[in-house]
Amino acid sequence: MVSPVSCCQTAGGCCPTASWYLWTDSDSCSDWTGSFSRTSRSSHSEDRSKMASLGCFLRSGNNAVSVVLRREFSKTPPAAVQVNVRDALNQAMDEELERDERVFLLGEEVAQYDGAYKVSRGLWKKYGDKRIIDTPITEMGFAGIAVGAAFAGLRPICEFMTWNFSMQAIDQVINSAAKTYYMSAGAQPVPIVFRGPNGSSAGVAAQHSQCFAAWYGHCPGLKVVSPWNSEDARGLLKAAIRDDNPVVFLENELMYGVPFDLSEDVLQKDFVVPIGKAKVERRGTHITLVSHSRCVGFCLDAASVLAKEGVECEVVNLRTIRPLDVDTIEASVMKTGHLVTVEGGWPQYGVGAEICARVMEGPAFNYLDAPAVRVTGVDIPMPYAKILEDHSVPQIKDIIFSVKKVLNM
Amino acid sequence: TLLPSPLLIMVASSRSYADFTPEKVDLHRLEEGPPLTATLTREEGLKYYRTMQTIRRMELKADQLYKQKIIRGFCHLYDGQEACAVGIEGGITLSDHLITAYRAHGYTLTRGGTVREIMAELTGRRGGIAKGKGGSMHMYTKNFYGGNGIVGAQVPLGAGVALACKYLGNDQLCVSLYGDGAANQGQIFETYNMSSLWKLPIIFICENNQYGMGTSVERSSASTEYYKRGDYIPGLRVDGMDVLCVREATKFAADHCRSGKGPILMELQTYRYHGHSMSDPGVSYRTREEIQEVRSKSDPISMLKDRMLSNNMASIEELKEIDIAVRKEIEDAAQFATTDPEPPLDDLCSHIFANDQPFEVRGATPWTKLTSTS
Repeated sequence: MVSPVSCCQTAGGCCPTASWYLWTDSDSCSDWTGSFSRTSRSSHSEDRSKMASLGCFLRSGNNAVSVVLRREFSKTPPAAVQVNVRDALNQAMDEELERDERVFLLGEEVAQYDGAYKVSRGLWKKYGDKRIIDTPITEMGFAGIAVGAAFAGLRPICEFMTWNFSMQAIDQVINSAAKTYYMSAGAQPVPIVFRGPNGSSAGVAAQHSQCFAAWYGHCPGLKVVSPWNSEDARGLLKAAIRDDNPVVFLENELMYGVPFDLSEDVLQKDFVVPIGKAKVERRGTHITLVSHSRCVGFCLDAASVLAKEGVECEVVNLRTIRPLDVDTIEASVMKTGHLVTVEGGWPQYGVGAEICARVMEGPAFNYLDAPAVRVTGVDIPMPYAKILEDHSVPQIKDIIFSVKKVLNM
Repeated sequence: TLLPSPLLIMVASSRSYADFTPEKVDLHRLEEGPPLTATLTREEGLKYYRTMQTIRRMELKADQLYKQKIIRGFCHLYDGQEACAVGIEGGITLSDHLITAYRAHGYTLTRGGTVREIMAELTGRRGGIAKGKGGSMHMYTKNFYGGNGIVGAQVPLGAGVALACKYLGNDQLCVSLYGDGAANQGQIFETYNMSSLWKLPIIFICENNQYGMGTSVERSSASTEYYKRGDYIPGLRVDGMDVLCVREATKFAADHCRSGKGPILMELQTYRYHGHSMSDPGVSYRTREEIQEVRSKSDPISMLKDRMLSNNMASIEELKEIDIAVRKEIEDAAQFATTDPEPPLDDLCSHIFANDQPFEVRGATPWTKLTSTS
């Protein structure tokens, strides 16, 4: 029986695989430390399901947590390399810039500053002014320029420093990019990627913390993706750059520094994660948790805790917001009979709301043993004080609580 | 009768007109401007005449069809401004690029569209240039990026096209048009900035027809000298009713761009006879007298016709024949546009994504499953 270690969120949430162990000296983790078991072995099937991509991470800029990482030999082959999400994005862009001369990156501070969050580190040095372009602080203008460049045959990557600033340019994303192929009856494709960090960060307050998954996910003509881990980040960014359509690429600043194991296959230059396909990160039988981006990690943490009480959660990582992989969600719900969606964004008209509506309208409804519920960000602008911010976002305990409610435990 | 002469040296901007004052080209941050004389060949003259007349009659036919409710929605007509579209095209080539706002039927024609497909798009038929999916404001041809409905948005798009030209090193440029109403848009100033910083091969053209919808330039703009609004960008203002002026100014601007000097801004002083759109009679914010005065003193087609006739470049009969041919072309196109079937319902969801597998689209109810193909 595996006892994977979890840290609760405030100490810096870890998502260990069965082959990693974490020790921490944070008080708030004392609940979990008692359940460490260094000699226990995971079952082969659990190994397989968990080996793909999890690692431990330190939450950037927060309370220091001393961590001892130890890797245990397991039956499955060791993952090739540990890569954090930032580097995965960086490598993906580097490889795609090399592969296709028409690809270029523009945005604020992407060149000489190496990227506001260092995601484009080293690219300007390697590719120069022509392909890595620093823009003035004029989102509407440079987003329009990026779309125009896509009209004329280039393949721009347009970075928004955060997706909050995309609101200044949202007309170009929707009316100029998303709708043009349709309005022109197929004469004018728009092969552009808009990317940047989305959703809440840490202490950046209301104007810098909004999640735009639901806003962009609403619009036909866009593909909207929301990677969680490094494999997602790498594969989806490559897929987005190679796609001939406008892709909204929603990253997460708090995930940038988180390392994950990447297998040799994933590190291949032509590795892509198909847009529009969700991934089951953890198999389970009692309830389905559907999530995207950072919250996937929280779902896995909650699942670990619940497993000790005999509740086996199936965790679905959406990977793509639009088009939504309803088939994977329905298949899971038809298996487990219970559904909880988890997202960082606000509840009203959100991603979870859409998932619930789809389940209502489809075959999976008849398999539900209880109403589907949503775990979401609190319906308020993001406050600044840490205690308030912590209570504005879904916590692992909220997921556990909701699961138990839905299962009538 | 005198035989028409093949070649003539003409003085550009010879027109004088009550409210439009340019007797020369106005310059901003330019030591010298386009030449004040231009050479018009008979062939060019006849071509410009025919194209302008085609635009004129096409727009008037659209007016008619709109009143018969065969065209619906938005319809922004270009009659009066023909010299701009035709003159600009005379100064660039079809391998250059152009983008404009919603008053786009004239440009769709000069950029290679046919009257048939333009009219069929207005009537929303499958033979339309955008297969009925776009309508009046969303027509596209090669190197012509519409037709854009959001005021001002086309200007940064045009700069993006120009960036691609520079990036690909193909010596092409992009003409990015906007009106006096759009000229105050913030994103245009953002575009001036980036185009100048990066020396993009873009010609900004402000088609100043004196009114942004119902708001005259005096009421919308603290500075109505639109050719100076680019500040650090060199600018020139010319008579937009004179096709030769427009052509020479465009050639000058194109040379400027192609020499790597970066952007340049042209203001064309012009006038629209119709209201802002078909739902605007166009007389609540301006007088009928004003419209009539422009028609009688500055009509672009009349001006060219008079020039050609008075210089023996063409005979009245010849021009009449062109008129007849144009009318026939418009009638045929209108016939096509009114009889061509509407797009098939199968097309409803197509063209969402390029180069993709077909996928399911949710219809109006959960049971309506539609398919989208690329």
